[in-house]
Amino acid sequence: MATTRRAPRRPNPAVGKWLAVAVLVATTLVSLFPLFWMLSTAFTPGSATIKTPPSLIPVPEALLDPSSLPTWVAERAYGPTLDNFQRLVDQTRGLVWRWLLNSAVIAVSITLFHVLFDTMAGYGFARKEFPGRVLLFGLLLSTLMIPPQVTLIPNFLLISRLGLADSNLGVILPGLADVFGIFLMRQYLQTLPREVEDAARVDGAGEWSVFWGIVLPLAKPAVATLAIFMFMRSWNNFIWPLIVLRSGDRLTLPVGVATLQGEFATDVGLIMAGAAVAAVPMIVFFLLFQRYFLDGIRVGALKG
Amino acid sequence: MARALPIRSARTATPSRRRARWRRWLPGYLFVLPSTAMFAIFLFGPVIWSLLLAFQDASLTQREWTGLDNFRGLLDDRVFRKALRNTALFAAVTVPVNLLVALVLAGLMKPLAARWQTFFRAAYYLPAVTSVVILATVWRWMFNPRFGAINQLLDLGPVPWLARPNLALWAVILSAALTIPAAGVVMYSAAMGSIPGDLYEAAGLEGAGPVRQWWDITVPLLKPTTLYLVVMYTIWAFEVFERVYIMTGGGPAYATTTIVQLIFDTGFRDWQYGVASAQAVVLFALVALAAAVQFRWLRSDVQY
Repeated sequence: MATTRRAPRRPNPAVGKWLAVAVLVATTLVSLFPLFWMLSTAFTPGSATIKTPPSLIPVPEALLDPSSLPTWVAERAYGPTLDNFQRLVDQTRGLVWRWLLNSAVIAVSITLFHVLFDTMAGYGFARKEFPGRVLLFGLLLSTLMIPPQVTLIPNFLLISRLGLADSNLGVILPGLADVFGIFLMRQYLQTLPREVEDAARVDGAGEWSVFWGIVLPLAKPAVATLAIFMFMRSWNNFIWPLIVLRSGDRLTLPVGVATLQGEFATDVGLIMAGAAVAAVPMIVFFLLFQRYFLDGIRVGALKG
Repeated sequence: MARALPIRSARTATPSRRRARWRRWLPGYLFVLPSTAMFAIFLFGPVIWSLLLAFQDASLTQREWTGLDNFRGLLDDRVFRKALRNTALFAAVTVPVNLLVALVLAGLMKPLAARWQTFFRAAYYLPAVTSVVILATVWRWMFNPRFGAINQLLDLGPVPWLARPNLALWAVILSAALTIPAAGVVMYSAAMGSIPGDLYEAAGLEGAGPVRQWWDITVPLLKPTTLYLVVMYTIWAFEVFERVYIMTGGGPAYATTTIVQLIFDTGFRDWQYGVASAQAVVLFALVALAAAVQFRWLRSDVQY
């Protein structure tokens, strides 16, 4: 990248560069605006959420004296409050905490199962010889082509018959048929040298202790990418929990927020507070583990 | 004597040898078993079940084989045709826009220092880690006729974006087009980084300006990435659901109903499992067809 040179006859490279930066900054603003608008509305006092011009500039209560601010600012200023969040908790009778808990339980379970099962399968496909290995792996990979909507109805009928409708387990189980992690772990394990495993085997370690004691620890970097990817995917999953879950206290956050829209249609502050509760954990998570997210995109797994 | 017939003995293994072979294969099978079982139960089984349901008149109360009736019904169904048209329009606008935006932004980012690239990538990716459900909730509020950000900031007056049949779909499309295709930016950036710098140097010496270099070197060499992204974004566009479900629910008057929204309504509001399965099978076929056509059309043997 460093070797790329600008064309020699270009009139003024600096202008081009600043123009490029200007475009990038402008698109950044467009990209982040919905999140900014969500937070603005969520922290605006209820009465000020619906007004013209919109309240967009947070000003601490103490400085919020219209006479001391320029008119343009004063018209758009608001004193940030937690009123909307308080109302969100009160109006849903605390259900929003249940949704947060449900989302966390489901996302963590799916992530743990996937890390274990996918590393096992990736190891099997990368290292073991058995008839049908290539065919089976190809068959699993081919499921990438199947739109997930195709299995909605049969899976719903199946989960209902198993008596798992409206339960966390009913959301978790079908989430475990996902080939991405197997593919990721197989690719990663193929790049690792076999010597350590073979040495342990010579020392008499059994198959499971080789896997648990050596392969799994060695696969840590790939496991981190996989875990973060799976957590995000299940945290944000919508259509499947929307179908399986019915009772108000069983919902996940995205489904719960979607129901707020029907119930409190006119209370935008409350709805945006709910949206913020669902969005902020993922945003923090992303900022902490950015590197792994980018790895996840590069192997072609994350939507965006 | 027995040693004189090595070929024969290899083919008809003695029981002890067969046991030894199984003992060698067994760990491999056991390692891939948990994942494979999940796929069998929650993916392969349901796909077949879905294919069977598509040829049945199946609902909550009844089930009977009706051959191609469901598919014939879809041909005459005005709502289904509307959903196909809406989905096609959504894909036809958002896929090229997303691709172009990703290509341009990745190109503009390329000359910047690594930490600025990281910054912009993160800024673009931040909304993508937030569930589409949440973003769509915010967009719905942004399209609010009187107090939403769009009408207020652009000073448009009370345009009822989501309530007018001729505007609603465009509002949904706009919300998708204004979302930065972060995965595309990341993939294009990675691909651009692997193009050898001397190609540009040579072109620069021959007097090709940056735009010329971009068009004659960068764009053709990115073709494999473009192919991949076109296929992925097309599939995602065909499967659009959350955005529509949250912003409009498919209305007004089916103006924004997409295929998946219709599958959802048919299957889980009208409980017509058979018809919904037929719709899902059509979606499956369309996705496979689109991918096949794009592979053929964009296939290339570019090497660098």
